[in-house]
Amino acid sequence: MRVGLSVNGVPHARDVEPRLLLSDFLRQDLGLTGTHVGCEHGVCGACTVMLDGDAVRACIILAVQVDGHEVTTVEGLTPAGSGVELHPLQAAFKEAHGLQCGFCTPGILMTMVPFLRDHPDASEHEIRVALSGNLCRCTGYANIVTAIELARDAARR
Amino acid sequence: MPLVGSSVRRNEDVRLLTGRALFVDDVQLPGMLHVAFLRTDHAHARLTRLDVSVARQRAGVVAVYTASDLGDYGQPGPLLVPPPPIDGLTFVTRTQVPLVRDKSRHVGEPVAMVVAESRYVAEDAVDDIVAEWEPLGAVVDLEAALEARAPRVHDDLPDNVAAHVVQVIGDYEAAKRTAHTVIARRFHYDRGIGGAIENRAVVAQWDARAEELTVWDTTQAPIPIRNGLAAKLGLRESQVRVVAPFVGGGFGPKIMMFYAEEVLVPWAAMRLGRPVKWTEDRRENFTGTTQERGQVHDAELCVSADGRIVAVKDVFLHDSGAYDSYGLTIPINTQCTLLGPYVVPNYYSEFTAVFTNKTLVTPVRGAGRQHGVFVMERLLDGAARALGIDRVEIRRRNYLASGQFPHDHKVIYQDFQPLVYDSGDYGPALDEAARLIDYDRFKREEQPKALLAGRHLGIGVVSYIEGTGIGPYEGARVAIDPSGQVRVATGVGTQGQGHFTAFAQIVAQVLDVNVEDVSVCTGDTREFNWGTGTFASRGAVVAGSACHAAAVAVRERILDVASRVLAVPREAVVVAGGRVRAAGATDDGLTLGELARQANPLRGAVRPGSAPGLEATAYYGPDRGTTASGVHAMVLEVDPETAMVQVLRYVVVHDCGTLINPMLVEGQVQGGVAHGIGNAFFEQLVYDETGQLQNATFMDYLIPTATDVPAVRMAHRETPAPNSPLGLKGVGEAGCIPTGALFAQALEDAVAEFGIEITEIPLSPDKLARLLTGRRAPKRNVVVVEGSFVFEGKREAVYALLHDADVLGASLPGAMRLAMTADGRYEGLMKVGIGPVTAAEFTMGVTLTDRDPPRGYGMIVEGKGSFGFTRGLATVQLLEHARGTEMTYRAEVQVGGTIAAVGQRLLDSVSRRMTAQALESLHTAMRSRL
Amino acid sequence: MKPAPFAYHRPASLDEALALLAQHADAKALAGGQSLIPAMNFRLARPGVLVDLNTIAELAAVRDDGGVLHLGAMTRQAVAERDPRVATHAPLLAEALPLVAHVQIRNRGTIGGSLAHADPSAELPAVMVALGATFHLRSATGARVMAAEAFFTGLFATALAPGELLVDIAIPRLDGAAGSCFLELARRHGDYALAGVAATLRLDDKGRIRDARIVLVSVGDGPVLAQRAIKAVNGERPGAELFREAAALAGTRDAEPPSDLHASAAYRRQLVTVLTRRALERATTRAAARAQTRQES
Repeated sequence: MRVGLSVNGVPHARDVEPRLLLSDFLRQDLGLTGTHVGCEHGVCGACTVMLDGDAVRACIILAVQVDGHEVTTVEGLTPAGSGVELHPLQAAFKEAHGLQCGFCTPGILMTMVPFLRDHPDASEHEIRVALSGNLCRCTGYANIVTAIELARDAARR
Repeated sequence: MPLVGSSVRRNEDVRLLTGRALFVDDVQLPGMLHVAFLRTDHAHARLTRLDVSVARQRAGVVAVYTASDLGDYGQPGPLLVPPPPIDGLTFVTRTQVPLVRDKSRHVGEPVAMVVAESRYVAEDAVDDIVAEWEPLGAVVDLEAALEARAPRVHDDLPDNVAAHVVQVIGDYEAAKRTAHTVIARRFHYDRGIGGAIENRAVVAQWDARAEELTVWDTTQAPIPIRNGLAAKLGLRESQVRVVAPFVGGGFGPKIMMFYAEEVLVPWAAMRLGRPVKWTEDRRENFTGTTQERGQVHDAELCVSADGRIVAVKDVFLHDSGAYDSYGLTIPINTQCTLLGPYVVPNYYSEFTAVFTNKTLVTPVRGAGRQHGVFVMERLLDGAARALGIDRVEIRRRNYLASGQFPHDHKVIYQDFQPLVYDSGDYGPALDEAARLIDYDRFKREEQPKALLAGRHLGIGVVSYIEGTGIGPYEGARVAIDPSGQVRVATGVGTQGQGHFTAFAQIVAQVLDVNVEDVSVCTGDTREFNWGTGTFASRGAVVAGSACHAAAVAVRERILDVASRVLAVPREAVVVAGGRVRAAGATDDGLTLGELARQANPLRGAVRPGSAPGLEATAYYGPDRGTTASGVHAMVLEVDPETAMVQVLRYVVVHDCGTLINPMLVEGQVQGGVAHGIGNAFFEQLVYDETGQLQNATFMDYLIPTATDVPAVRMAHRETPAPNSPLGLKGVGEAGCIPTGALFAQALEDAVAEFGIEITEIPLSPDKLARLLTGRRAPKRNVVVVEGSFVFEGKREAVYALLHDADVLGASLPGAMRLAMTADGRYEGLMKVGIGPVTAAEFTMGVTLTDRDPPRGYGMIVEGKGSFGFTRGLATVQLLEHARGTEMTYRAEVQVGGTIAAVGQRLLDSVSRRMTAQALESLHTAMRSRL
Repeated sequence: MKPAPFAYHRPASLDEALALLAQHADAKALAGGQSLIPAMNFRLARPGVLVDLNTIAELAAVRDDGGVLHLGAMTRQAVAERDPRVATHAPLLAEALPLVAHVQIRNRGTIGGSLAHADPSAELPAVMVALGATFHLRSATGARVMAAEAFFTGLFATALAPGELLVDIAIPRLDGAAGSCFLELARRHGDYALAGVAATLRLDDKGRIRDARIVLVSVGDGPVLAQRAIKAVNGERPGAELFREAAALAGTRDAEPPSDLHASAAYRRQLVTVLTRRALERATTRAAARAQTRQES
């Protein structure tokens, strides 16, 4: 089945089986391996991407369902040729040591970028609730929360 | 400011944050094939038939392998860690095979391997495979495993004992007689998972022209895997390259010799001449990746009237799982770490490691240390309560004094060396923790005030030690590139610990270059040939020390070459800011890159006895490990009405010797605390009586989220390790070791008026509610459906009709047909689905047993289908009743396979609903005949 | 964990979708897919045909129809959560929605999908029963309307006939001095509730409770209308003792909870008792506050 979509602003068209998961489509068919897969049942959040600007889990959406839509993956935060090394949220993660193994990190970034866009004044508690759909085994979350607060504060200035 | 000791931001972050870092599953090669495994749904069963012929015919399938295809390659794996030299120790080695040959010993063991053009097709083909099993009784409970009539996990052994070990200090019994008070308790500590968010993965590529095998593997120990694979495949070590690129969390289970997939994927790649990839999915991870340990302790603490430890006795059972490939590391850790930071003059410790029909147990963050700490700290709390001594005070009274180091406990530790604490200073750490958590004010004001407002707050303070940084050795090569970049290679793998930065800091400090100019390579056997791996909180200590030694050697080379090039004595060479110059010279001298070019001339001579380049390799092998220590404190809140708990404050005062990078250390501790909170209150692997894991999803296995873990307030104390050149001690596991004991103590404190005592970890709201209300725990973990039903008919008639295949068939939900195949035996097909579960066909067998007409009978109902299997054991009694015949029934429902692993939440409701349906239809079917 | 093969249809209209469902006996409607696709990844769900409803714009409309709020079945949960009409018109729904899983799920999951799935631990079925919502159903051959409480018929079971779709949810406004409260307890934020309670009530001129509805989550085959507790409070003056008694009835008599590895039946009864009491207290306080505001205005 034909799927045409825009990923990180770049149009793509591919023939795929209907059962192909969006996560596999992004990773295998488009080579965008920054989107990670951790559970394939919609709990861990590692595969989170933006679909038309909102955070969704790519492992429980079919590739055929994004036909005509716009997907943003972690690679889209620092577009090639843009000269941007790190998105402000990514820079905050580095500054606050908000990642260790880094496997869950792309999913967290893709959850929190739209969250901060929609909640520029989020409290620590609101940040933690928004983050609760992303499992991280390494960090114990504290530095992730700090990083998000740093990015929030930087955006406010 | 020196680099070592400062919170340098990480070199690896940009790659990880932008999605460019390579993880094993990111490896994509032309022509690559994909693997899926058929894994057994049976914890303990004999394989009676395995038919892969249909799977082999499926389009897109390239190969299907079973044990018979493997030949000698299917031999059991090696014993990774032999038992330590302890007098009287017994140990039997039983290690896992790549594919099940005769019987399964735990759910999730691989049985057949499908290699196909895509993972989707490979999974389709797994569904095509027919495997028939004859169930054997499963060994699940540790104590039951040792009963004489218990089934045996390994048929050739007389029982399920894997090992028996006794270690003794002094004379326990004699000391006990002098004690004022003896606290005796039984403690339970159950299983959990490592829970790395990245599952395991292996990709292998055989280059037939170069005769080289490249394996990308999510292992924590690439070099041992390389060596083992080469031996197994009959290759030279230099023909095999194992790469552990970025690895998405380790926590212990990513080190094994070997996981089945690790030996099968390379084998298949060589055989098929195409690259082969297997990536574990989460469902596989829950049973196919090793787990952490269950233990049962019977422990006694003897104290004097003033609360000083006189003697400790601990007798415990340790769950090895189905095989004991990782030796005795975990129970020895438990045995040794129990001693804690305390003076324990007399100690009797005995453990029995037990084979069970559960996934293998290997070290997971903490590696059994938390069990020892739990036992000791709980006993101390009991003693404090019995003697009316403050909990903080009783710990202080028993600490080893700062002048008592090194302290030899005269028992053997996991590294085969005597357990010697190299250094420590525990009292000040305790004081600091009490101050940071505000212990005195909490007890005096905060807690009573909160209680008046109806809030139940509790506080806990516990301490622990952690043997870290064990041998045998690690190595590192440091080289300065003509570009000026410093390249560091070590043999350890890295899984998020920040080695790319910590090692760079060590090297950068010695060579006086920028940290960003040091690029570290870990986990690639092509880059470094020697080493063991990242485990036991040893990476930074052992490999870090090797990096230091290699950097020092390179600095010596720099001085030699610079002396020659600059024509000044060595003493007059200044190495600074990435350059060398002569002391007092006005020019800038040379960059290290330029010097490196000078050290590798195209013309002229490299003198005999010297070597080109600015490069050195060095090794570090500690005689024994170093002793990290710490104190954790916590304030939590309990709602006694709902048994919900929230951790409010958490303090860690930690001593891991010299800090390379405080930011990294704090990150490790915070992450460990989260894991510890998980172990204490959220995470538990629940097995039923047949060895089915009942929560094999992230829905039901509860890893703490951002709303469950507070930010830890940390303070560091630095008692440098006296035997380590940099004074380093390990830190990777510290955060999770005392958390269970701490949680229990704080919880008891919060609900002090209930007088509960916690002797079990993990807890849950349900278990806590049981303790608070005095409700009894269910004896067995089994779904029971029972009730009664009145049929309008005479008892004899009812009894007879219940044997009628049509009537019986009508009573089984979804039965498509049922026929009597022998007296009391019925077989047929049923089609059952519920909610989102698509109705699927099950083959069904019904056997009537213990028939006692017309009073009753027993019934075994077995169903088997693509989702797994179900087995119901029912007893049916028929009684005369005013309105006819009353049937009372009691059925135990067992399920296996996907439904058991994924659908446990609904099992009770579904069983009851299907029973209700069955009774209704039975009644309808009978009414027309009665 | 990859789905088994299936045929996929992307109808452009409701009629086309209904025709497809009528045509294929093994077809399953795909709404948000946040429960269905995980079940397919586990290969527990193996529909032969998927009819994707996500491309049907007419199913995703929200409109306020003079006192009745209509939510198209394909309204995303996150959209409803943000919609100010939901907050003012059905505060109970607004209170429950943030507790449905996590934001990534609610961005995709739909109101109608959750209702048709009829998970006994789900929040939305209980909310709809408590609100007295009316469901509009369509099939290739006709349309019908039914009360929410009649829609839920058992464990993952609804009144939907094969080929029939839930297309619209109509929520009446709670008039007068009305108050509501949704409470649940889950192991972690976003997990299935161990137990939950949706309560709505109204205070009459004399301060007596009228039209109370108490619906329990996770303690039965579906949303459990707590008849005995409701009977106990209707017509009575609110008070601690009354709420304790009613809550005890909800926990011990109305609830028929299952046991699972997270909560035994006994623990669930305990939680329902506590939550019912707290929900009644809170709903009453809110109703009284509204009565106050109305008097002042």
